[in-house]
Amino acid sequence: MAEKTVSLNEPILSRNERLAAELRQRFAEHKVYVVNVLSSPGSGKTSTILATNERLRSRYRAAVIEGDIASDVDAVTMKEAGIPAVQINTGGLCHLEGNMIKQAVDALDQGVGLDAIDVIFIENVGNLVCPVDFDLGENLSIMILSVPEGDDKPVKYPGIFQHAGAVLLNKVDVAPAFDFDLDAYNAVLNELNPRAPRFSVSATHGEGMGAWCAWLSEQIEAARA
Amino acid sequence: MHELGIVSGVVEVCAKSAREAGASRVLSVRLRIGDMAEVMDESLRFAWEALTEEEPLMRGAALEVEDVHPASICLDCAEEFEHDRFHLRCPACGSADTVLLRGRELEIASIDIETEDD
Repeated sequence: MAEKTVSLNEPILSRNERLAAELRQRFAEHKVYVVNVLSSPGSGKTSTILATNERLRSRYRAAVIEGDIASDVDAVTMKEAGIPAVQINTGGLCHLEGNMIKQAVDALDQGVGLDAIDVIFIENVGNLVCPVDFDLGENLSIMILSVPEGDDKPVKYPGIFQHAGAVLLNKVDVAPAFDFDLDAYNAVLNELNPRAPRFSVSATHGEGMGAWCAWLSEQIEAARA
Repeated sequence: MHELGIVSGVVEVCAKSAREAGASRVLSVRLRIGDMAEVMDESLRFAWEALTEEEPLMRGAALEVEDVHPASICLDCAEEFEHDRFHLRCPACGSADTVLLRGRELEIASIDIETEDD
């Protein structure tokens, strides 16, 4: 019997990171810009994607990968709006992983074909903790907070707000009905993630969507250049 | 509950590495976890007990965790600074243009194994 130490220095989620690197390369080869959309359940991921697509559809051909624990409700909504969509059911898992995205991308490739897609929105499982750890090969992660959830969410879930490349505050049209402290919210994000631009939007009423879509277009163009 | 996913990744990688190194069992595993990875120690240990039970090579292995406190560097004034999970602005010049140097690690540092020598 002998004892020895084996040095590993390996990322715990190395399998996912390898898959993410492969996906990133594949997206780049086909000039597909990928947005990973994060939020808690009900903050407006689906309606934000629909409203964004509505404004950008003349310039970019979008597809959506829907992640949910169960059902195909969101994928049906997307298809009704004329957007190619693939539904992933995680069966209880609280986030999407690289292998699931690979299967979904294969399905899109066999369907409309990756060269016929400019932007893929990945609608992650509604959760403010777990999706942060799992790189999906995306170009951009966005975090959507909705007004009714309260201004203290960045304090309670710093990781996801820190991770985001842009933060959208949705449902600002109902702000008068909630005592959402915008100054407190901004003060926390100024320290936590000062680099990510913030957009106040109402996905369903259209407020602020122009500024968000203009910024997103700039990112897509920059990635293509 | 991302701790379950994290531990299942650890068990998978460690068991494979131990097998390749000819181990008869794994005695302990050392992880490096950044404060910003939002990993709960209690949940981690609960998942550890549950999942190492299922992998013969890992049964009874000890778990050691090295906490890594966050630090960033300022791209404007080159100040290197430690910080908590909330304050990532440069304390020297106030710049928002900072890059995280450490604090989000989810790494397996090393494993101690027992081998059966002839």
